[in-house]
Amino acid sequence: MKDTWKLGDYEFTSRFILGSGKYSLDLIKAAVENAGAQIITLALRRAATGNVANILDYIPKGVTLLPNTSGARNADEAVRIARLAREVGCGDFIKIECIRDSKYLLPDNYETAKATEILAKEGFVVMPYMYPDLNAARDMANAGAACIMPLGAPIGTNKGLATKEFIKILIDEIDLPVIVDAGIGKPSQACEAMEMGAAAVMANTAIATAGDVPAMAEAFKHAITAGRAAYLAGTGRVLETGAAASSPLTGFLAD
Amino acid sequence: MIKVNGENREGFSGKTLSELLCGLGYKEAYIAVELNGDIVKKGSYGSVVLKDGDRLEVVNFVGGG
Repeated sequence: MKDTWKLGDYEFTSRFILGSGKYSLDLIKAAVENAGAQIITLALRRAATGNVANILDYIPKGVTLLPNTSGARNADEAVRIARLAREVGCGDFIKIECIRDSKYLLPDNYETAKATEILAKEGFVVMPYMYPDLNAARDMANAGAACIMPLGAPIGTNKGLATKEFIKILIDEIDLPVIVDAGIGKPSQACEAMEMGAAAVMANTAIATAGDVPAMAEAFKHAITAGRAAYLAGTGRVLETGAAASSPLTGFLAD
Repeated sequence: MIKVNGENREGFSGKTLSELLCGLGYKEAYIAVELNGDIVKKGSYGSVVLKDGDRLEVVNFVGGG
């Protein structure tokens, strides 16, 4: 059976959501293909005048576009950006970012839940980026979120799963796909998130700041696939003390 | 005078939104537009006539996470 997952009514096989920020447009196609990504994130900004290259021309056909609301400091601004993003005409997906902390770029869960409620009612597939708090995650779910996107570490830090214990709680308790977003810096960390039972991993800076962008996209793909396979297989138990031989304890050679 | 993305633009009062967008080199397929805070539906740019003091936001997608 195919191992698929869903966001709203949309089904996916790839569990790697790729960011498109901070690297050359010319690398996007190779990054998407090497990542095997079916979803790519975008930001919305004031358009430059003149005949400048547009990112939409660099994204392979068939890839789902996931605009974010970066730049929004509260729910109203996030809603405004989401509506404009939909008006561009590339679908109903929206990743909500409501950030008013400019040092650590931590999401405001309260404003994010408010925006989630408004946009879900307007038919968006709402994907809230959030601090991994169980109560807030329940608020997002009740507000109509299609998934939740807890952060592993502050955006762009490549520090990995600093919030691991709290993401585990969300995976256990929230009946929506949990997508670990932000902070994932290495394939091993993406793999661990998937082993824990995350539905998917989103990464941007880890790829964008790598020595070889398309090669790192491929490394993440393999790590995410491996982590998912390990989760499905069920990881082995941990012995708290002592040891357990893997080889038989009988039939040793005599002196 | 019409304000486009915070910049004053002369010569578009009485013209349609389509004419302004075309004049500034925007392609409709890539953008969304707000006029005085309200989204202008795609396909209706040709029927929106601009007047002095209008404020436009023209946005498009860029790389982001």
